[in-house]
Amino acid sequence: MVAVTPETGTSSTADARSGDLADQLRASFDAAVAAEERVEPRDWMPDEYRASLVRQMAQHAHSEIIGMQPEANWITRAPSLRRKAILMAKVQDEAGHGLYLYSAAETLGTSRDELLDKLHSGKQKYSSIFNYPTLTWADVGAIGWLVDGAAITNQVPICRCSYGPYARAMVRICKEESFHQRQGYELLLALSRGTEAQHAMAQDAVDRWWWPSLMMFGPPDDESAHSAQSMAWRIKRHSNDELRQRFVDIAVPQAESLGLTLPDPDIKWNEERGHHDFGAIDWAEFWDVLKGNGPCNEQRINQRRTAHEEGAWVRDAASAYAEKHTSTGREVQA
Amino acid sequence: MSSTGTESTTATAAVLALGDDALILSHRLGEWAGHAPVLEEEVALANIALDLLGQARILLSMAGDEDELAFLREERSFRNLQLVEQPNGDFAHTIARQLYFSLYQHELYGELAAGSGPFAPLAAKAVKETAYHRDHAEQWTLRLGDGTEESRSRMRAALDALWKFTGEMFQPVEGLDVDPAALETRWLAALGSVLDRAGLALPEGPRTGAWAAGAGRQGLHTEPFGRLLAEMQHLHRSHPGASW
Repeated sequence: MVAVTPETGTSSTADARSGDLADQLRASFDAAVAAEERVEPRDWMPDEYRASLVRQMAQHAHSEIIGMQPEANWITRAPSLRRKAILMAKVQDEAGHGLYLYSAAETLGTSRDELLDKLHSGKQKYSSIFNYPTLTWADVGAIGWLVDGAAITNQVPICRCSYGPYARAMVRICKEESFHQRQGYELLLALSRGTEAQHAMAQDAVDRWWWPSLMMFGPPDDESAHSAQSMAWRIKRHSNDELRQRFVDIAVPQAESLGLTLPDPDIKWNEERGHHDFGAIDWAEFWDVLKGNGPCNEQRINQRRTAHEEGAWVRDAASAYAEKHTSTGREVQA
Repeated sequence: MSSTGTESTTATAAVLALGDDALILSHRLGEWAGHAPVLEEEVALANIALDLLGQARILLSMAGDEDELAFLREERSFRNLQLVEQPNGDFAHTIARQLYFSLYQHELYGELAAGSGPFAPLAAKAVKETAYHRDHAEQWTLRLGDGTEESRSRMRAALDALWKFTGEMFQPVEGLDVDPAALETRWLAALGSVLDRAGLALPEGPRTGAWAAGAGRQGLHTEPFGRLLAEMQHLHRSHPGASW
């Protein structure tokens, strides 16, 4: 909990800036954050801290929602009933994570509708990884193993994020993500140890998902716009490159035990660094996908918009019903 | 059902009827993932789909290997109701299908759970799920029926369009120890009550007879079903003998 809460209970930086109070609030905020105290919704916080969190949490929530699409693409074609059940449960979890994160973002004074509008209009982003297509069943496994694996590496430190509601959301989300990741690994293992065709399918998926997964950690440290401030505010705990390295170090032995190779001839254990060296990432591709030119950007956002627009009459009906039944008191609203 | 030989044969027809209903409706609901009108419905529809898939797996395993039965039978061997194979349509269409089916399934499993037949243990568990599914369908029927002009007309159209598929639910199934006529009476009463509260009337028109649809239990399906199976079975069939 941050020590200073102004009388108004919410931040009013314009007023605060006018006097010593501003400096005092800011100093206590910085001190509290530095002391690893948790910031809670009613605490004073700098406007930029609030804006930065809204941006990151919204992008995180959007990624869960858009991330349903590449996997849901295979629900109707899952090759066994057990795998179908696992996949359905996973996609359902993702919708739940999205809801959870939107709620956490709402504690900062925004609303889910507002955030969804920004997603639909392209004003807010989602993880670039979901702009890649799922072309075979093995992609479902590769997403679980690599994409969820990268997400977990990114997200576990957020469980100690300075903003309380975000940190608490992540504790819960990370538990489920770890479970998904194990399932993805296990799916790939079954394919890798299966028929020749299944093994080839698994290898092909890993070949296509490896580099995009490394890009999930964001641009290199010297090109990352928000990193320094996010780290000072304890929103972020480690740099993009640190987390990427951590992920590579975890993934390399896992690939070996899967009996699959990673599509990077430069991967090699570096005794001196105590880490794996790895090849150069194609940053031109990364920026291009981020700009909207990835293989599925258009498709993903169109599906989201269409679902939202075609669902408008359903949401209107629910509102109209709620209105009628609360104003007349004919029936208690559920 | 005294001799073991007949028991397994008669049970199989009923197992496939109930198992295929759950399997195929689950598949249709799975198609909604990523397309629902609101995030809460992404969760709810997937949840119902998962419950149904769970039921299907238990039921099909009573008759053999669940994957063989799901992925290697052809269209004419499936015993599901034509109702559950109908395409999703708009949200009202999905809700109308869900309302008709979950009211039926809830009544049916309630009765089976109370009995001592081979389905009693499964039904005792499933009836809790079907109560939840029924509630979901009812709540949406109220909201769509008593929401806006548009939602009311869509809901009415959906109820009308699927009405002809409901008679089939009350054909006797070999090995299913229930009284179809009594089931139908209870179903109509429950449905009438929901529709009444939603400001909607029971659809008119035939539900039974040679002119009405409804022979899924005999393996005669509607055209969209073949396409559903093609999608569902394609990958499994492409790798004969593989395990996943």
